Amino acid sequence: MELFTNQILAGISTGAIYACMALALVMIYQAIDHLNFAQGEMAMFSTFISWQLMQWGVPYWVAFVITLAFSFIAGIAIERILFKPLAKAPILTNVAGFIALYSIINSCAGLIWDFTIKQYPTPFGSSPFLGSQLISTHQAGMIGITLLMLLGLFYFFRYTRIGLAMRAAASVPESARLVGINTSWMIALGWGMAAAIGSVAGMMIAPVVFLEPNMMLGVLIYGFAAAVLGGLTSPFGAVIGGFLVGTFENLVGTYIPGVGNELKLPIALALIITVLVVKPAGLFGRPIVKRV
Amino acid sequence: MSAAEEIVAEGQAVEAVPKRAMTLGTGTSLVLLAVLLLVPLLVKNFIIFQMTMLLIYGIAVLALNILTGGSGQFSLGQSAFYAIGAYTSAILMEHFDVNYALTLPIAGILCFAVGFLFGQPALRLSGVYLALATFALATAMPQLLKLGFFEKWTGGVQGLVVTKPEAPEAVQSMLTWFQLKMSQDMWLYYFTLVVTVAIYISSVNLLRSRSGRAFMAIRDNEIAASAMGVDVALYKTLAFGVSAGITGVAGGLGAIAVQFVAPDSYTITLAIALFLGMVVGGVGWLPGSIVGSAFIIFVPNLAESISKGLSGAVFGVLLFLVIFLVPHGARQVAMVSQQLIAKLKQR
Amino acid sequence: MTAMLNVKDLRAYYGQVQALHGLNFSLNEGSLTTLLGANGAGKTTTLRAICNMVRSTGAIEFEGKPLASRSTETIVRLGIAHVPQGRGTFTTLTVEENLQLGAITRRDRVGIVSDIERMYGYFPVLKQRYTQQAGTLSGGEQQMLAVARALMLRPRLMLLDEPSFGLAPLIVRDLFEILGRINREDKVTILVVEQNAQLALELADQAYVIETGRIVMAGGAKQIANNEDVRKSYLGY
Repeated sequence: MELFTNQILAGISTGAIYACMALALVMIYQAIDHLNFAQGEMAMFSTFISWQLMQWGVPYWVAFVITLAFSFIAGIAIERILFKPLAKAPILTNVAGFIALYSIINSCAGLIWDFTIKQYPTPFGSSPFLGSQLISTHQAGMIGITLLMLLGLFYFFRYTRIGLAMRAAASVPESARLVGINTSWMIALGWGMAAAIGSVAGMMIAPVVFLEPNMMLGVLIYGFAAAVLGGLTSPFGAVIGGFLVGTFENLVGTYIPGVGNELKLPIALALIITVLVVKPAGLFGRPIVKRV
Repeated sequence: MSAAEEIVAEGQAVEAVPKRAMTLGTGTSLVLLAVLLLVPLLVKNFIIFQMTMLLIYGIAVLALNILTGGSGQFSLGQSAFYAIGAYTSAILMEHFDVNYALTLPIAGILCFAVGFLFGQPALRLSGVYLALATFALATAMPQLLKLGFFEKWTGGVQGLVVTKPEAPEAVQSMLTWFQLKMSQDMWLYYFTLVVTVAIYISSVNLLRSRSGRAFMAIRDNEIAASAMGVDVALYKTLAFGVSAGITGVAGGLGAIAVQFVAPDSYTITLAIALFLGMVVGGVGWLPGSIVGSAFIIFVPNLAESISKGLSGAVFGVLLFLVIFLVPHGARQVAMVSQQLIAKLKQR
Repeated sequence: MTAMLNVKDLRAYYGQVQALHGLNFSLNEGSLTTLLGANGAGKTTTLRAICNMVRSTGAIEFEGKPLASRSTETIVRLGIAHVPQGRGTFTTLTVEENLQLGAITRRDRVGIVSDIERMYGYFPVLKQRYTQQAGTLSGGEQQMLAVARALMLRPRLMLLDEPSFGLAPLIVRDLFEILGRINREDKVTILVVEQNAQLALELADQAYVIETGRIVMAGGAKQIANNEDVRKSYLGY
């Protein structure tokens, strides 16, 4: 029984990583109605930027803020330059664009910073949290930051005019234009915010998975799964989904015999799909009323 | 222009390619066929091998085109079916001494069944959710192939070596009469070409048939299709099955051509490559499959030759160039050329 | 009276198909005009062309400003509200959020709040459902929401595309009465596209009849209503 609780707790702390990523993915989904596979790579690149700043002597939190700002601007720039031209193209073509972006960022990161693993600092220290052996202060800090971001996003979407405008633009773009919203810029803004959130995710995750160009691949997949599980329309669901996925992953690895590291991923995904078959809009997603 | 407008504008994820435009004109097809028949006689074995792979990936992309362009279902999991087909052929040939040609229909039928079965739970999912499910399938496959449980047949992490077939006796003797010799590569190429043409023609007929219309009705508006009496569940799973079956045949051919199967040859990278092939070729445009196939075979090499260190970035840039210039893929090029030729004819 | 909206030689296209073949008309400030015509005649296309939602050529001027090169949202910000066909409700958002969106380009928070109350006054059923997801409202309720949303812009010109579509006759009467009030009291110029010719002609002061992309009749509403061809084709008697 104790092993079980321990695994749950451990799962929640790994889950915080996925929750972070899932938030960024849901953010972009809110803005553009599809998922950007290059999100993880953008987060990775931002994390490298922050690392580079720290290598040059910039203190952690200053580097953090600069990276946040850089990511926001970069996200908008990428959207304006690479994806605005594709706005009228079919969705599948846009997906191909995401894949291309992934390839470019991954390759550039590899060239600039090479593929050796680097240590990445944490501002929270890594001593046991409140004396517990399972959660370190860093993981607690990560969960804290994730929840903070969630709160911020909630407030943004619910109570600000821009948040409402973004939701409208994502919901029915034509009607949004008919109330005077510049839907094109809403999309750019969504990208910027997603990039910024992603960068926070990256900077939180790096101390745990170590910094290297391919660090986000596993995280992205689990984050994607978490976002879908939670319901793509719900940031709250994304976070819960993240924790659930982390827990699934741990429990599967511990309790199902013969499952090494390699099979954890497909099994976790299979479980998520089972949930989706039962609840197609995800746990907290709002089922969309479809009228013919 | 009534309330129907709103329905169409909402959520049509896959563009409808008009039935008429689904294939090449007879003239162009014949020219292409002639090229495919004659070129191998003039080039070295390695190029013939590459052309064989071109056809094989073309078949796999075509299968995806039927699934996505035809019935509107996303799949990032085609690599799994390709792998099953490949391993089926390899295992049958190496462990059970089955003739290579016979392994293909077996691989096809087996993969059809797997695809059909996979299509069942997939019924409840669509769009991004289906993408995730197929993605899971694709990531699971290499791991399943590595499982110790199956190692006796699959060869585990090392995989299996596959014997390359020779041209049959009858053909050999006929050719020696003309004082020609057919290399293994050339025989395999023509064999593959026959299979490819057969699959292409059957696919075109499938899409023009009642089933094909059912697929396209589902793609364009699933709710309306079901209201009109289309058995959506049946046709969706059928589409998955057919697509998987064809991919399985491609996989089998691939195993024979490459002479080798191993789990890490069939990762998600392959599934993504096939997806890109479909987009570059033009979603739902069957002839584009070969253009897409050419893209995924040759462009990565091109990228690497331009810059070894940044090959991924160069590839990405080239891909962006393609989708900026022709967002609808090779089909767009074909349409534009058609219009240009029509204009020139008018002069 | 000055012409608020001037349309000259408007041609509109859906891909290769030409839907409008050179429309000419104008709307006077403060007028309530109806555009009548059968299905597919080009009524909706006309409204969409004004808001630059469809490819078109020709000159459209609103209060002296040309609209042709502006984006839809810019045109809206000039003071033109468009209630589209099918209503275009933000189905995943609440009723109140839909209303707030109507005013999203306005800065005067106090004015917005009082306007929302005024909308609830016109359409009490919206007040009852104000936290409900808009997609769960009935067709009639969504239509009222769409009109209310348009009014939240405090538009100078309001375009309505078949507001009576799918609504029970009594509700349509109420709705048209409200439109009349808005036109007279709030001085909003209105262009209503309708298939329900009878009610539209009772409400409006000006009318145009459009057939296969061309205006075939223009004049005062009463005059058009008494026209024999119109009565036979559109009024059924």
